[in-house]
Amino acid sequence: MSGSLDSYLVLSGLLFAIGSFGFLARRNAISMLMSIELMVNAVNLSVVAFGAFVPKLQTYAAVIALIVIAVAAAEATVGLALVIAIYRNRRTPLVDEYDAMSQ
Amino acid sequence: MALVPLILLFPLLGFAATGIFGRSYPREAHRFAMAAVIASWLVASVVAVGALSHGFGFGDHGAGITLWRWIPAIGFTADVGLYVDSLTACLLLVVTTIGMLVHVYSLGYMAHDPGRWRFFSYLNLFMFSMLLLVLADNFLLVFAGWELVGLCSYLLIGFWFPRRSAAVAAKKAFLVNRVGDMGFALAIMAIWTQLGTLNMQEVFAKFGAVPHEWQIAIAALLFCGAVGKSAQFPLHVWLPDAMEGPTPVSALIHAATMVNAGVYLVARANPIFGAASEVMVVVAAIGIFTAILAASIAFTQTDIKRVLAYSTLSQLGYMFAALGVGAWTAAIFHLMTHGFFKGLLFLDSGSVIHAVGDEQDMRKMGGLARKIPITYATMLIGAIAISGLPPLAGFFSKDEILGGAFKNGFLWVWGIGFLVAGMTAFYMFRLIGMTFWGESRVDPEKELHIHESPPSMTRPLILLAIPAAALGLAIGFPPETGLLHQWLSPVFESTIAAGGHAEAAYNFFGIDGALAIATTALVAVAIVVAWRLFGVEIPALRLRAEARPEQVASLSQARALAPLYRGSAAKWWFDDLNDLLFVRVGGRLANAAWWFDRTVVDGTVNGIGTVTVGTGDRLRRIQTGHVQNYALGIAFGLIAVAIGYLLIVR
Repeated sequence: MSGSLDSYLVLSGLLFAIGSFGFLARRNAISMLMSIELMVNAVNLSVVAFGAFVPKLQTYAAVIALIVIAVAAAEATVGLALVIAIYRNRRTPLVDEYDAMSQ
Repeated sequence: MALVPLILLFPLLGFAATGIFGRSYPREAHRFAMAAVIASWLVASVVAVGALSHGFGFGDHGAGITLWRWIPAIGFTADVGLYVDSLTACLLLVVTTIGMLVHVYSLGYMAHDPGRWRFFSYLNLFMFSMLLLVLADNFLLVFAGWELVGLCSYLLIGFWFPRRSAAVAAKKAFLVNRVGDMGFALAIMAIWTQLGTLNMQEVFAKFGAVPHEWQIAIAALLFCGAVGKSAQFPLHVWLPDAMEGPTPVSALIHAATMVNAGVYLVARANPIFGAASEVMVVVAAIGIFTAILAASIAFTQTDIKRVLAYSTLSQLGYMFAALGVGAWTAAIFHLMTHGFFKGLLFLDSGSVIHAVGDEQDMRKMGGLARKIPITYATMLIGAIAISGLPPLAGFFSKDEILGGAFKNGFLWVWGIGFLVAGMTAFYMFRLIGMTFWGESRVDPEKELHIHESPPSMTRPLILLAIPAAALGLAIGFPPETGLLHQWLSPVFESTIAAGGHAEAAYNFFGIDGALAIATTALVAVAIVVAWRLFGVEIPALRLRAEARPEQVASLSQARALAPLYRGSAAKWWFDDLNDLLFVRVGGRLANAAWWFDRTVVDGTVNGIGTVTVGTGDRLRRIQTGHVQNYALGIAFGLIAVAIGYLLIVR
């Protein structure tokens, strides 16, 4: 265990910021999914960091991290399936052309 | 006692079976209905014999049976329970016997009607409803039966609904009945609030503890219901129009059974009315007023069924007068005898109408006595019975009513009732005269087809003529101590004792005998007058009188009588009054209310809708449908919440 908790949290925050920027700015649905993965993993990183530096949270953090990994995997699967389904309909991966919700 | 539910079950099954299968098997449809009504009659007879003999587990005051809890709400309960005592038994006998005979009669009368299965299923439903009304042991169940008979009445008056007048008459009957039914419903609510139970026996036992003003209110409201159903003034207008229905229906529902429901209700609730003597006077007044009003209208009607309808009103008025003066048993006595002879008269009129080819106008009849002898003979018996010549049924029951009114100190009731007895005899023999006596005025082409009705119609006539002739002697003699009085005394004794009108012994050679002779003499005079005016030929007695239409005409035009004649012929303008009050003025009010509803109430509701739609339409533009717009919103929201948290909470 090297370094301090702060450095992990800063790294986690940076990753989360990159992820959320990607989600808001990228037009490609696949890229947006990847951005979501980045945000999830940023949060997961901070959870693991808390587990490593705060003894009381050690076991909880491990459990939460595992659950988050599982949920992220499931979410990625569903998300990818959705994107493919929409792609088949609209013939484009660009989300700003998905306007069905406004109709 | 275990047999009692069967009385109800058979007609209900008959109704269901006829109603479900009737359309598919229209030729056989009547068989279920006939079987059901005969089975019901048999069981009812057994039960009635048991209850009237005060044996077989019925006891002096009858016995009840609770089938199941109907409404088990907290704070309000009502059971489905049946109760049979001697009063119920008397009604059971009348309803099931006449009901059965009318079913038999309808076989012939409705033989060629394509809607026969519908007719029989309605008739069975009516039997069920009427028996439910009579057998129920609590007011709510009576009310259910009460509404059901009203429904059947509506369906059967409007049986030939393609004819506009029938549909209108059905609607009129239904609406006028609602006015009375509202009173009945309010009475039930008042009973519940005052006593916390609707079971009749419990209500009667505890009724003395109710404050007197509530006693008056409950009795008056109950009477309001009775006025509607039994067509008393001022709600009498529906009954004459109800004659638009098929004649068996007029006989069964609008003469012999359903219209008696009001009389039955008042008699059944005798402890309630006994406690409210003020209402009793009203009952007597309305009853005797209806009696003379209807009799006066019957004088000039020319439709054979309408004469009988007004006669029914008049006789029901007698019954209410009897109830009002405290002659309870006499009222039930008259109810029973009237049920039989009026049922007979209506079926006879149906037979006449059948014979002359669906003609109801007596001005186009006449001279039918020889052509339809069975109908003539039985109708004559009915007419003598209703007029009250001894020893036929009507004499005994009418005599008891008049005697009761006289002896209980209601001299004015007696006086009017005495007059009505004479009027009754006159208009009945006017009817007989115009229909059966004198020259034939039938259309020539119909004249050829005049024929006596088939046996399925004449046999019920003969069977009904027997009680119409002999029932009075059988259960009403000697007067005021006869069988009926022994049967019914447990029902009424406590009320009579409380009312102070002790039933005096009948004095053949005193006041009672004198009253009976006076009434009989008046009736005889009235019959002779009618005979002189409308003509008759009785070869056996070598009596012969010509019809004197010119005399009838000159009498009706005489200066003193002309206004009376016109009033009577116009039914004293009650229909016109109702038309003015409720159709014209009421219609204006309804139109005003409709306008208010349309512009103010609907305007408010629609305005709210319009505003909502407009707002939504504008807000909708914010929604672009692009995922990233929403995500941006979430991100900014998150940042705003975080900043707010840091600024305010920290």
